[in-house]
Amino acid sequence: MREYLILRVITKLLFPFILLFALYVQFHGDFGPGGGFQAGVIFAASFILYSMVFGVRSAQHVLPVGILRAGIAGGLLLYALVGVVDLLLGANYLDYSPMSAEAKVGQHLGIFLVELGVGITVASVMMTMFFTFATWRED
Amino acid sequence: MVDFFGLYNYWIVIVLAMAGMYIVIARGNLIKKLVGLNVFQASVFVLYISFGKVSGGTAPILLKGVVTYSNPLPHVLILTAIVVGVATTALGLALVVRIRREYGTIEEDDIHSQDGHT
Amino acid sequence: MLREHLPVLVIIIPLIAAPLCILFRGRDQAFGIALLATWGSFACSAVIAAKVMASGTLSYELGGWPPPIGIELRIDALNALILLIVSGIGSVVAPYARNSLLLEYVEDRSYMFYCAFLLCLCGLMGVAVTGDAFNLFVFLEISSLSSYVLIALGFDRRALTASYQYLIMGTIGATFIVISIGLLYQATGTLNMADIAQRLPEHGYDRTVIAAFAFLVIGVALKMALFPLHQWLPNAYSYAPSTVSAFLAATATKVSVYILLRFLFTVFGVQFSFDILPTAVPLTILAILAMFIPSIVACFEHNVKKVLAYSSVAQIGYMVLGIGFVTMTGLTAGILHLFNHALMKGALFLVLGAVFYRIGSCNIDRMAGLARTMPWTMAAFVGGGLSLIGIPMTAGFISKWYLIQAAIEKGWWHIAVLIVASSLIAVIYIWRVIESAYFREPPEDLQNVKEAPLSLLIPAWILVFGNVYFGIETSLPVSMAELAARSLLGAN
Repeated sequence: MREYLILRVITKLLFPFILLFALYVQFHGDFGPGGGFQAGVIFAASFILYSMVFGVRSAQHVLPVGILRAGIAGGLLLYALVGVVDLLLGANYLDYSPMSAEAKVGQHLGIFLVELGVGITVASVMMTMFFTFATWRED
Repeated sequence: MVDFFGLYNYWIVIVLAMAGMYIVIARGNLIKKLVGLNVFQASVFVLYISFGKVSGGTAPILLKGVVTYSNPLPHVLILTAIVVGVATTALGLALVVRIRREYGTIEEDDIHSQDGHT
Repeated sequence: MLREHLPVLVIIIPLIAAPLCILFRGRDQAFGIALLATWGSFACSAVIAAKVMASGTLSYELGGWPPPIGIELRIDALNALILLIVSGIGSVVAPYARNSLLLEYVEDRSYMFYCAFLLCLCGLMGVAVTGDAFNLFVFLEISSLSSYVLIALGFDRRALTASYQYLIMGTIGATFIVISIGLLYQATGTLNMADIAQRLPEHGYDRTVIAAFAFLVIGVALKMALFPLHQWLPNAYSYAPSTVSAFLAATATKVSVYILLRFLFTVFGVQFSFDILPTAVPLTILAILAMFIPSIVACFEHNVKKVLAYSSVAQIGYMVLGIGFVTMTGLTAGILHLFNHALMKGALFLVLGAVFYRIGSCNIDRMAGLARTMPWTMAAFVGGGLSLIGIPMTAGFISKWYLIQAAIEKGWWHIAVLIVASSLIAVIYIWRVIESAYFREPPEDLQNVKEAPLSLLIPAWILVFGNVYFGIETSLPVSMAELAARSLLGAN
């Protein structure tokens, strides 16, 4: 029990910082190494660390299967729908320029939303994979 | 002769690629095959990044006062290829878990003999 | 306004429908979404095909960035034909999937099947539409990954090992394609296929380009199951659910043949691929081996699905033979056979799915006497089988006729004889099934089998009718194939 105490305390301390780092990596993709996929994996890694130390059930309490499934579908939909919005605004698919008054701001906003979609999908997929394997029963 | 050893990047690519392919072909354990596939894909990543490097160029992130950057396009291509590789590995491992459940083994020879193949 | 965005609509309709299937998990809702998506993309493909035949190549800039900086979607006659095939088969298979899946898959998780099916469709059509080499790899992998999933859904446990083997071999093939694209990028500095074609002659055909060519041909041969690299196909098509076999047999390998055509003729150029490098010789030899050896193996198989799978490997041989001729008639024959084989194999696998739905097996001995109890189903099998052999008045005859014409044009009489001989082998394995169904007594426990339900029969008969129709009224596929062949040969 004693050695597990260290793991539990450190995990509880580190968990918010890992999440914060994931958000940092997500939104600084255009200024440094980062972007949607990397951030999604770090985000999922924090939850996987939590569920390894505290048990899968407590992690699933926070993120039940339904929310993860909605995340998988929702992230991809966000990406595709940003493109459709550009179609409706008169430009080509995934041409972010008309999304705001200035083309530069529009591009920034478009990349932001698209990477957010990627991050949500990747995080949900990674967590779903882990939870599926972790709750596998040999029956 | 200098070029022969100076191109050590590409030698690493060749060694990794051949090692990966050998593992896929020669090993009967299903998970080892997947590992070999990963090694093979890793060699492709090294290949792409090797020829993205521009002599004297720094990392392709805009910095003040820097003029030469390495080519960012291969880096982006490799990110995509890494994601594809991760998805393939995940799918392969899921299949291996199911195969283990159905056959009771993950050795290719045992599976073939259970199915009655030669 | 929507008309100018058609090239991208053909991809995003299934791409948006796939996550919607996950969000709306009800069995009928997911089915409805899949149906609308496949029919919608078929409608878009039909309009695109009409536009391309009327006004030439369509080009679309993704993201508003002009090529070669941005990804370009480029549709000419060959792409339009592939789009028609893939979306057409998809829209015929989608209504079929609903009841066929009842027996072969867990009912309350059918939304996952439709999601994977739509992603596969999106990937295949993305390959056909894109004009950027790396984008082609990404869409190819999207379609391949979802097809591994679809194949693994079969109820037989050998579906899992078949899917695993396909995964290993398919990923090696895709990695070879990536190596090739990387080497091409290293040589020319661009990823746009038309731009590579322009810059390659200036760069010169040094060892980098030859290595890229070699990697590409081997990688695509793995994906399209060209003869010695076909090991994954028989198991994958036999043990997958019938819907999946029908869809993949009619589309996945055709799209890989398209990739071969696009790279051999457009990117590398006819001069490099066939004059400087002697590619036609090994392609022709492998094609002839593919026409004979899998056909002979098919004559000894007891599982009718395996017979059809080996027959598919043989038909790929015909397509590659047409490519190996490198003449106008030869290429037209190869491209025509793409179209006709999709119709033939689609129809045959759909029929087998109906058979499986009623009697739970595709074994040739269990199918004895089936013509008495399921007359319409077996009549559809006869129709598809006649087209496979190449009887006049069916679609199969048209492509074989063009192949023989191309062989005679080049003066290769022995190849024309070989084409006829391999068609005779097809007669043997089709006749085995027909003889069992029409001339034998049904086993005791299958005396009261009912006819297949309409939802399974109608899609199969639509494809059989397509076989006969395009065997008589050949103007649409032949004109598109000729236009495609002309643009491929005259590309540079």
